[in-house]
This record gives sequence, C-alpha cells and structure tokens, in this order.
Amino acid sequence: MAFIDKHAVLERSPTLLLVSSLLVVTVGGIVEIAPLFWLENTIEEVEGVRPYSPLELKGRDIYIREGCYVCHSQMIRPMRDEVERYGHYSLAAESMYDHPFQWGSKRTGPDLARVGGRYSDAWHLDHLIDPQSVVPESIMPKYGFLLEAELDGDDIEALLSTHRLVGVPYTDEQIEVSYADMIAQADPDGDWDAVLERYPGAAVGNFDGQPALTEMDALIAYMQVLGTMVDFSTFTPDASR
Amino acid sequence: MGEQRLDEQTGQTTTGHSYDGIEELNTPLPRWWLWTFYLTIIWGVGYTIAYPAWPLISGATSGLLGYATRGEVAEDIAAHEASNAALVEQLVAADLTEVASGTDLHRYGIARGGAVFRAQCSQCHGSGAAGAIGYPNLLDNDWLWGGTVEEIAYTVQHGIRNETDFDAHYSQMPAFGEFWVRTEIEQVADYVLSLSTGTPIEDGADLYLDNCAACHGDNGEGMRDVGAPNLSDAIWLYGGDRDTVIESISNARFGVMPAWGQRLSEEDVRAVSLYVHALGGGE
Repeated sequence: MAFIDKHAVLERSPTLLLVSSLLVVTVGGIVEIAPLFWLENTIEEVEGVRPYSPLELKGRDIYIREGCYVCHSQMIRPMRDEVERYGHYSLAAESMYDHPFQWGSKRTGPDLARVGGRYSDAWHLDHLIDPQSVVPESIMPKYGFLLEAELDGDDIEALLSTHRLVGVPYTDEQIEVSYADMIAQADPDGDWDAVLERYPGAAVGNFDGQPALTEMDALIAYMQVLGTMVDFSTFTPDASR
Repeated sequence: MGEQRLDEQTGQTTTGHSYDGIEELNTPLPRWWLWTFYLTIIWGVGYTIAYPAWPLISGATSGLLGYATRGEVAEDIAAHEASNAALVEQLVAADLTEVASGTDLHRYGIARGGAVFRAQCSQCHGSGAAGAIGYPNLLDNDWLWGGTVEEIAYTVQHGIRNETDFDAHYSQMPAFGEFWVRTEIEQVADYVLSLSTGTPIEDGADLYLDNCAACHGDNGEGMRDVGAPNLSDAIWLYGGDRDTVIESISNARFGVMPAWGQRLSEEDVRAVSLYVHALGGGE
C-alpha cells in the first residue's frame, strides 16, 4: 500500500492537488472529445445543406431573440413516434451551420426541425399574430408585433462575416450582396433567381403580405427553410450510426 | 501522519490522520456498497465490449451486439409496418371509392387517417376538422375542389396553389380593387351577399354576371374545377360580413395547401382521405 499512501503528498499541497486534478480532467476530456473530430462515423457528409440566406439568418436571430427555443426544439430524435409525427430524424449535418445549434428535448411546443413547407406563409402569419385563431388549444404567446417592426438589416454583412468566422463558408460575393439578397427574398419584384442561385431551395415571396420588409418576413422565411435542405427521397442514411 | 490507535469511546481504530489534534475514525464502507461499486466497474467493461464505445484510428468499436441508434429505429418502424402489412397492401391497391364502410379496411383507414389528420392537418383545419377563418371546414358538405374520396385524395396528394407540386390545384381570382371603384365593389358585395338569401337584388347583377359568373356561376353556385366557392350558401371561408366580402373582392384570396404527397406515404394519403371523407360531408 506504499504507493497509495503517497496521496498524502497531494492532499497536503493545494497547488499540487489543483494541477494534478486539472491534468486528470484534461486526459478525460481529450479521450472523450478529441475522437469526435476524426472518427468517420461522427462526421456525416450530407448533400444539400447550405448556409442560411441573409433573410433566413436574420429570422434566426429573431427566433433566438424572442426565446422561441425555450419551448421549441429543432431535433427530431431517432424514435418511431417522433419520426411519425415530425418526419425523418434529424441529421447532425443539418445543423452544421447553426451557431448556436437549436437542439433540445424540452417541447412545450412541437419540434420545428422540419416545419419548413409544412404550412403556408399565410398560416405562419395568422399563427404568429394570434396562435389561438388557428390552433385553439395552443398556449403560445402572440407575436403580432413583429409585423410592426421593420427589419433592421444594416448589420447584415457583419452578421454573415461573423458566421464565416466560426466556420460557415460564406463567399466574399455572398457577403457583398447580402443586403440586396435580404431585400430581394421577400420582395415580389426582387431578383429571386439570383437569390435562389446563391441559396437553393430558399422560400421566396412577400411572406407577411405587407410592402415593408418586417421582422415577420424574416422569421417566416426562416421557418420555411427548416429541415428542407436534405432531399430524403435520394438520401440513404448509413444505418450503422 | 500520526499513529493508528484504538478509539476507546467508539471501539474503532483511527486512520492516523490528525489535523490540529482532531483525529479521523477509520470507518470502512459498508460491504454491500463496496461490492456493488466493484460490480459496476465490471459491468462497465462488459458494456463497452457489447455496445459501441472505444474510439480507434478511423472509427469506434461497433460492439458485439451490433447496436446502432438508426438501426433500432429502422427495425422499430419495420416491425410496426410488418404488423399492418396486409391491411396496408389492401389500402394501397384498393379503389378508394369501393372501400365500403364497416369493413376492416375502412376501419383501419379511418383509424390510421385520424392519426395522420391530428398530427399533420389539425393545425389548419382544426383538431375537430371544423376549420378556421381561411381554412375550410371539412365537416360540412361544401367542397371547394370536390368532395368525393378520390377528389379529396388528389387535393391531399398535390395540395392547392403551392410552389412545390406542378399538379397542385391552381386558380387565382383577380383583385378587383385594381379595376373597380369603391362603389362598384360595394355594389357587387351587396349583390353577392343577397345571393345567399335566395332573392338576389338588382344592383350589381350586371357587374357580377360580366366579371364573376364565369367562375362563381350565374347564381353563385361556384365551380369546383377552379376552386371557386359557392356564394349562394351561408358558408363563408373568410367570413360573410360585408367588410370581409369587400376585402375579398378588392384584394382576392389565395389559400395555399402544401402537397402532402411529398411528405406522407401513399398509404397515409389514402388513409387520411378516407378519414376526411367519412367526417360527414363526403360525397
């Protein structure tokens, strides 16, 4: 027991104890975390996932600002009941450009990982203004004020640049024309082809039915892209994960 | 480190640790606890062998049991489908109009369709299918695009005025606010409202016949080919008060329904069509 008795040395020197504890925790952390960066079965390449368009990204900011994540998760777990209700279970790659991600399992409201295209723009508008008008059982608060709030897009280039800083592959061109793209996506007379070329599959249209570009437009544009990027009719997930 | 000694008051030995004269009794862990602890370590080793665990160079050990989360959910779904395979096969092969109520197939379709409806359709059409302003009531016998089970199935499959399905029902009413002055719009609104009373008024009749009747019919009976609502009944999709009718005429409406064929399996589309058809208004 001579070796075990050596712990007295650690116990009597706080500094040594602190440094040694840190070393032990570091080893544990490295063993648990580091392999995730190189193991092939933790990194799944998926076709179709693209960075958010400027308007979607603004909508995402509003989603986070309003605390939507407090009630809504964006992660369909691989279980039969969830797949039946919400659609194909979420893939990690689908949130690869989410900073921060919106995973979770606390669902006061339904999961939104695949809400894109599930309802019409008009439904989202009705529902955000007065959720109980379409779903009487709902306990969701009203967000009609978003319709009054003009979208402040002055920081859009900085917003895209910040996301590029943390790894989202926005091109110089995308950042340069981001303000124009943001306006065009919700403008019936906008250059939708250009927006769609840069951001395939984005929802375009005057989401809130008003001439002004509002926060409502941005939030609905964001809702309508959620979970729509991967085409599951052509995608076969590797079953060994 | 001090000397280990017998503590007279408790009858236990001390550990020999002494802090400013305060000594520590050497009270051993309860045996059951200690052995449980050792067992969990042995269990843990076995667990990492049976299940995916240890990171290696290019992948992690996959475990002797071959477990995978995705594999499990796929099996779960397959097992559930297998248990209903015979009925699902019948449902997909059946001519929907021939599925008679009271048969096992019909009962299965209603049950399955009800589950689909509550999960996917209730957000717009209501959990009781009574609809909401702008989202049709499916309980009555007033149908925009047709109320036979085949027509319902087509609408579910392809949707209405969406951008994703080329076969979606499509029509667009002109926004008459762009061509008419306010008094003309009001005249037609009053005329439209009088249609459902059974005794149409005179004013506005000419404007109606020239501009609206092509789709909504001479007597306001509507036309299902273009989803033009019946204006001669008391059922209103967006509201039947004068202001709402004026708004509808001025700016037109453009109700959208997603193409559920792109999200649901064929059997789910068929089941939910049977369910909606059986709600009360099916033709």
